[in-house]
Amino acid sequence: MAFSIASPTTKLNAMLSLRLAFRNLMGAGLRTWLNVFVLSVAFVVIVFYNGMLDGWNQQAKADTRAWETGSGQLWHAQYNPFDAYCLEDAHALLPPAYEQSIDEGDITPVLITQATAYRDNRMQNILLKGIAPEQIVVKLPTHLLDDAHEEMPHVIIGKRMAAASHLTVHDTLLIRWRDRHGTFDACQVIVAGIFGSNVPTIDNGQMWMNLTRLQQMTGLSGHATLMIAGPGYQHTPQPGWIFKDDTELLKEFSDIIRAKKWSSSVIYGLLLAIALLAIFDTQVLSIFRRQKEIGTYIALGLTRGHVVGLFTLEGSAQSLLAIIVGTLWGLPLLWALHVNGIAMPGAADEMGLTIGEKIVPVYSFAMVAASIVLVTVSATLVSYLPTRKILHLHPTDALKGKLI
Amino acid sequence: MPLIELQHLTKQFPTGNGFFTALKDITLSFGEGEFAGLVGPSGSGKTTLLNIIGSLDVPTAGSARVMGQPVGSLTHRQAADLRNHHIGFIFQTYNLLPVYTVYQNVEFALLLQKRNDAQRRTAVCDALEWVGLTDKMHSKPAQLSGGECQRVAIARAMVKRPSIVLADEPSANLDAENSHHILQTMQALNRDLHTTFIFATHDEKVMHYLQRIITLRDGVVENDQWHSPSPHQPPN
Repeated sequence: MAFSIASPTTKLNAMLSLRLAFRNLMGAGLRTWLNVFVLSVAFVVIVFYNGMLDGWNQQAKADTRAWETGSGQLWHAQYNPFDAYCLEDAHALLPPAYEQSIDEGDITPVLITQATAYRDNRMQNILLKGIAPEQIVVKLPTHLLDDAHEEMPHVIIGKRMAAASHLTVHDTLLIRWRDRHGTFDACQVIVAGIFGSNVPTIDNGQMWMNLTRLQQMTGLSGHATLMIAGPGYQHTPQPGWIFKDDTELLKEFSDIIRAKKWSSSVIYGLLLAIALLAIFDTQVLSIFRRQKEIGTYIALGLTRGHVVGLFTLEGSAQSLLAIIVGTLWGLPLLWALHVNGIAMPGAADEMGLTIGEKIVPVYSFAMVAASIVLVTVSATLVSYLPTRKILHLHPTDALKGKLI
Repeated sequence: MPLIELQHLTKQFPTGNGFFTALKDITLSFGEGEFAGLVGPSGSGKTTLLNIIGSLDVPTAGSARVMGQPVGSLTHRQAADLRNHHIGFIFQTYNLLPVYTVYQNVEFALLLQKRNDAQRRTAVCDALEWVGLTDKMHSKPAQLSGGECQRVAIARAMVKRPSIVLADEPSANLDAENSHHILQTMQALNRDLHTTFIFATHDEKVMHYLQRIITLRDGVVENDQWHSPSPHQPPN
């Protein structure tokens, strides 16, 4: 009689491993569910934090585009928004090549000059910005600047500027500026409107007035400091003017969001670490307590590698359960936050960052998928680390329950 | 050709300052359908020999061939295959998987063999019927008595119809009645399925059932005695 072991090879395929892992996890009862719950909290918090930052990012960029940057800007070569002294020279006649785009409303010129506002015996340095009343590129209520038939020039200001200067609609104030020859001049202006915008960089310390008026006041007829481009604008390079695209104009904000993401990752990283520590601890305890079981698995036909895989999968399966549990309780919560938004404190307005009264979290597929991968991979890793001991465990010792 | 062939088998374990020899120059063979026992006092090498036959351990010297395969030179995977397909284990402390039901415990070995659901169900139900535990298939080990647990272990060992069953002190934790019950069950399976049973025991009750008794002392075969005809009836 001939014997052979040419029977089908023992296989522990992924589905079977997963099935056994879930069986063992379910059998472990409360210990499993505690780990799963803590991990699900970490998962939901990761999604929430990233969703909030992504929401803020999208909302702020959309607002900045709508109110300030448009689809890009053409800057005079000497213009630097962080250097007020450059304004004296940072202007030039609008190139004829842009006339058609201006006429068609694809770009709108802006002239910027320094000025001083006087009211109630107080003086305040401001930036005076001239923009065409008929423009449709940005959301500023420039129609209020249509003062061609008015004696007193109209200005519009943002809510922050209004609050800081104690100004209301129809208030008048004196402004003083220097014309192109450096001569001081002054006149009374009337506040024609106060706009509410989430973008502080068009608001703080600024007054907007009719472009033609400002050009006349400064003696800079036909001049502009920059031009704001609308979505239909096709860029034509002109000497002395530099096109700044959307990405470049919003780079600083993108950098802030990136920095915020790193700093917030510390918070949810700590939470994730606590959850992972619980899994690690459970795995160590599990291997310590289940040595006979490990020996039995080997006696029943698993290799030590199979057992390592099984125990690792048990740990990482907790992350899958956590994602399911997290979805069950987190989805309604995250959805409610998405629908209702998160109210920001009033002081947030004064940070100089574009931030809405409410932030609406946005949960992109990529972000949720990345969070799932993060939770699953990290849980798998911490599950695997303690199980390596099994590779050095002799089956006969395991069957006796001898300590590793 | 014997199922198990041991030639000049020696097993040593390292100790603090040398080696402890657990088995010394053992030459034995076991054929199909044997109901044999390794008997002897504690420390005589019974379990060590059983572990080597079960490919859970390897000899230090000599050779051990099980189902024609050299245990000493099998890879982990080959040894696992040998155990999964051809060897059933019954342990003194049952070693049932605590979170699994009786059915799932018995089914486990078949899951590794990738049999389909219907095949597994039939095999598990048959095995539970052999040991008389059909009504307990949904119970967990913690809900069973010692005798019932050992019967589940027998069903788990037998469900894959192995050629060899290795039983290490199967009756040590059982009372007399349960001991006889499980021994009769194993004896019936040996008779009906021609499975080779090898026991490691120093229990007198077990010895009454054995066809062949191999006495080990200090790692050496002291006696290899056949009882003929085989006592397939419970002793008085």
